[in-house]
Amino acid sequence: MIPDNHFIMITQRSIEEGIAMEKGKQSKEYFDACSVIEMNELDMLMLGIEENTPVLVKSECGQVVVTAIVGLQILKPGMCHIRQGVWANQIVPCRTQSTGVPQYSGFPVTIEPARDRNVLNVYELLYSSLGVTR
Amino acid sequence: MVLVREGIGCPYCGCSCDDVRITLSDDGKKILDVENACAIGTEIFLHATNHHRITHPRIRQPDGSFNEISYEKAIDFVATAILNAKKPLMYGFGSTTCEAQGAAARLMELGGGVLDNCASICHGPSLMAFFDNGHPTCTLGEVKNRADVILYWGANPVHAHPRHMSRYAIYPIGFFTGNGHLRRTVIVVDPRKTDSAGTADYHLQIEPGMDYELINAFRMVLYGFESDIPEMVAGIPKQSILEISKVLREAKFGVCFFGMGLTHTDGRNHNVDIAISLMRDLNAVSKWSIMAMRGHFNIAGPNMVWSWSYGFPYCLDLTKGEHAHMNPGETSTIDLAIRDEIDLFINIGTDAAAHFPIDAVRHLKKHTWITIDPNMSMAAEIADLHIPVGISGIEVSGIVYRMDNVPIQYRKVIDMPDGMLSDEEVLNRISERLEELMESERVKAEVPDISLQKGISPAPGFTQSLI
Repeated sequence: MIPDNHFIMITQRSIEEGIAMEKGKQSKEYFDACSVIEMNELDMLMLGIEENTPVLVKSECGQVVVTAIVGLQILKPGMCHIRQGVWANQIVPCRTQSTGVPQYSGFPVTIEPARDRNVLNVYELLYSSLGVTR
Repeated sequence: MVLVREGIGCPYCGCSCDDVRITLSDDGKKILDVENACAIGTEIFLHATNHHRITHPRIRQPDGSFNEISYEKAIDFVATAILNAKKPLMYGFGSTTCEAQGAAARLMELGGGVLDNCASICHGPSLMAFFDNGHPTCTLGEVKNRADVILYWGANPVHAHPRHMSRYAIYPIGFFTGNGHLRRTVIVVDPRKTDSAGTADYHLQIEPGMDYELINAFRMVLYGFESDIPEMVAGIPKQSILEISKVLREAKFGVCFFGMGLTHTDGRNHNVDIAISLMRDLNAVSKWSIMAMRGHFNIAGPNMVWSWSYGFPYCLDLTKGEHAHMNPGETSTIDLAIRDEIDLFINIGTDAAAHFPIDAVRHLKKHTWITIDPNMSMAAEIADLHIPVGISGIEVSGIVYRMDNVPIQYRKVIDMPDGMLSDEEVLNRISERLEELMESERVKAEVPDISLQKGISPAPGFTQSLI
């Protein structure tokens, strides 16, 4: 059976992200806080994803490689969470339903193991996404 | 001898805590200790004097590196860019004072641009719902002194507003709430079992994006149609809905705090709209208020300042010159960016490069990008011009509006590094420079020529009418 790798993504604030952001977005703390995806343990088992290994997350508008961890705040199976920030915003759809607010939460994504991929740091990610060199 | 400053306002979230105690070094230049603030607020204060500050404006060179320039040159660059742009956009303001927000309005009215604030990617839909359905609200003081039922809907205060529960909503002992949290009932509605949900008496683990349906179910119970409710609504059993409805109805003073769970998901303003309707229905049998969990310490500020200036709280299109115009979806930052309608982007007091979807950043980066911000943010990193300013609330005094729209005077704790300016000073000086440039354009255009003799307007109508 092919495991269903479709999930509902939520990108929101966490206190780890808030503290790290104030230290500076170039800090190691910010990388550690924001370049992770929180998942349900059962989903990780089903997809063969080990904790603290890279996964590729794809949405309708982009993709990003982040490190998978078991959710610190418990998620139902089928849901996942990337803390708001540069990594999360690689996959957030711009559709605003005529309110100005993008779809930061409740959009579909797929997740697959990506052991051979690296999680980019904030500069690599931003500049490669914008197609410019630093 | 160390210096201690008391009653200091925290420049982090919408709680705008104004009881922070700061210990300074002997010379008053370094922040040594922070008391009463949350972990994030403490980090902001300590970070202000514990790292290398950028104290001069920096402009991007053709080779990609930054070069330091004077404030005068930077101000001239911005004024010229605004003059030459067809549709400039100034966005941000979550971390600025109301004085700077007023100065920004003056500048963009003069330059004929679009003015938007962080509500545009946050509580903008809530403001739209307030237009449509009213806003039965109260102050956080009333919450502390009166509230016996607290409903957090799509909000996670433990992480995003760390002192909200302890200072206002759940734990404090108020005038009519003498037993603090012991006599308060806390309900959290969230698809995740968040740390806030862990503190609640009831946690409704709703299906993502099904908030409208669940609020509707509560309304059905209140209207006496409970027999028509299916066994499960939005992942919540009917029995729980009936139980919670009873708690809501029997509240002496209930308050619903809602967050991004309503405004970032499908439905947006309609989710908030029906939550307000639920409050109205509850007010027939009890007493309920509703309040948005505003994200930044002064993000309610631009909504207030621009509402009394123009009649609209965000997404202000001032390009028409004679009147302001607001239409989210058309004049909102993300939509303008995606449609490539903007040819100059000014990011102030926020970090659009880190917090916008990357597609929007890509579009905005096609044109000149100017960042006015104290810190080395991602928006400063990719900017063509970065103007550093004093940190509002720490180095710059000013008025801020708390999440319940109560204005608070923030006092500065330390001085800015020598030679630096505040947001307000920078914006006012750009306005003055822009006025000079527009005046010289007007004089040039007034040189007698054939068009004048024929009675044709010598300069673009909008520019002319403003002067």
